[in-house]
Amino acid sequence: MDTALILHFLTLPLVFLIWTTFLKTFILLNVVLGVVSVTVFAERKVSAFIQDRTGPNRVGIPMTLIGGKKDIPLWGLGQMIADPVKLLTKENFVPAGVNKFFFWLAPKLVLLPPLLVLAVLPFGSSLFGVEMTIANVNVGVLFIFAVTSLSVYGITIAGWASNSKFPFIGGIRSSSQMISYELSLGLSIIPIFMVCGTLNINEIVDWQIKNGWLVAPYWPHGFSLDQLLHPKDLLHSLVAGFSGERVLLWIPMMVSFVIFLVSIFAETNRLPFDLPEAEQELVGGYHTEYSSMNFASFFLGEYAAMFAGSGAIVSIFLGGWSLPIIPDGSHGWVWGLVNIGTWFAKVSVILLFMIWIRWTLPRFRYDQLMKLGWLGFFPIALFNIFLTAIILAVVHH
Amino acid sequence: MAIVVNRPKLTFAEKCYLPSIFAGLAITWKHLKRALFNKGIVTMQYPEEKWDANLPEWYRGAPTLVVDENGREKCVSCQLCEFICPPRAITIKPMEIPENDKWRKVEKRPEEFDIDMARCIYCGLCEEVCPEEAIFLRKDYSITGLNRAEMVHDKKTLYKLGGVMKGLTFKWNELK
Repeated sequence: MDTALILHFLTLPLVFLIWTTFLKTFILLNVVLGVVSVTVFAERKVSAFIQDRTGPNRVGIPMTLIGGKKDIPLWGLGQMIADPVKLLTKENFVPAGVNKFFFWLAPKLVLLPPLLVLAVLPFGSSLFGVEMTIANVNVGVLFIFAVTSLSVYGITIAGWASNSKFPFIGGIRSSSQMISYELSLGLSIIPIFMVCGTLNINEIVDWQIKNGWLVAPYWPHGFSLDQLLHPKDLLHSLVAGFSGERVLLWIPMMVSFVIFLVSIFAETNRLPFDLPEAEQELVGGYHTEYSSMNFASFFLGEYAAMFAGSGAIVSIFLGGWSLPIIPDGSHGWVWGLVNIGTWFAKVSVILLFMIWIRWTLPRFRYDQLMKLGWLGFFPIALFNIFLTAIILAVVHH
Repeated sequence: MAIVVNRPKLTFAEKCYLPSIFAGLAITWKHLKRALFNKGIVTMQYPEEKWDANLPEWYRGAPTLVVDENGREKCVSCQLCEFICPPRAITIKPMEIPENDKWRKVEKRPEEFDIDMARCIYCGLCEEVCPEEAIFLRKDYSITGLNRAEMVHDKKTLYKLGGVMKGLTFKWNELK
């Protein structure tokens, strides 16, 4: 076979779709799992800084292992590799009396959903004409809800299969926490559908590029790079961007944003809602009985869920991969890379925010959490839907 | 009698958590920002930096044996410390001081004196019980070894760690 024939085969529409999808999946998966490792390191560093400590600062390049005089500490960056290596080489201890099948199944069930969520998130515009979304599906947001709520099964099964009281309590807590949050999570997103008129995340991002980020009360109309050279056009677009509808809609959008953000914290079991884990009360909660790579799967799952949750927040509320002025990938592959970088930068900011919150707030008491979910966010989210509907109806008539 | 706990009346701002959340975030941000520039960090980088100079006078570190100002072993191997030691870390093998020795009058001294530091709980009872004031808890706290045998301090190590303790007992002074 000559190269021309292979090239022709690879550019057949279906074949092209298949291999690019595989390539995107492979790269994104590796990048995200790498980012998880960095996030764990960032978590340790930021928590240390917040508590006036130094954090991990020793593990770097082990020169003494290969005959050097002194190790190179490298600000403790080696910790990112040392932690997984430690977890991988530990004994995978399975206690007596556990339900073996479910005990082994649970970590995989926790790890899988967040990685599936990544499939529908647009992490860039396009690169060489290939869309930077693994699956551009019309039910995008619904897919996220459907898949993320599955991770609660992993936690509950882990709690039950461990045959131990603390994991069991953790599992039970997780399921009831899920019930109280999933509702407001779903309801908080409905105003976005009403405004954007679509469930497809790519289209929501496109809407935001055209009309501005959903969390912004004001957005310059048709703002572009060329306008910077023509002050008159610039002024025109700045003035044209102001509209009463946008300012009015900003209120329900912010409410949605806050509810969605808080619900994502609950969804990913992060403090202040890490009741299933609650190491002070439940000795580590659902993963008390786990060790080695099984424990690492829970760990990976939690951080991957953080990443996926941040990705969802960024894509739905913060304009996805877009930045004002910066063109999309159709203007050249450099801009495509810039868009991807923008998305990862935005996600990193949300991740840092999550870490920051974790080391600021104490854990909610159990009844407080349920109360907040059922009596706080649920009615507010419902009311928010009607408010959006009224605003849209009033403005359009 | 039942105690009535008065619940404070919360304002709306207090009830909806948010202002205090932002206040908390501001505080942690302040600390984060300060620590980023290496300021305000309160921890100590242990092996490089130590708190040794600030150890209190009464600090109970590793137990050691001492000699007096004349270079005499203060221990007379009465074995009281061996009997009182709660974790039985001390093993003493007494010996009689030979006839021609300078300190014949003392009669006994330890031939072997082992303290198993893997067992020692640093309680200080040996120091308290010693009638000769021969055993003292000094300020060494970093006792390490690669195996159990290395963790046993023999007589030589104990005297090396203990050094000289002047004064206190003059019981065995020839002139008295």
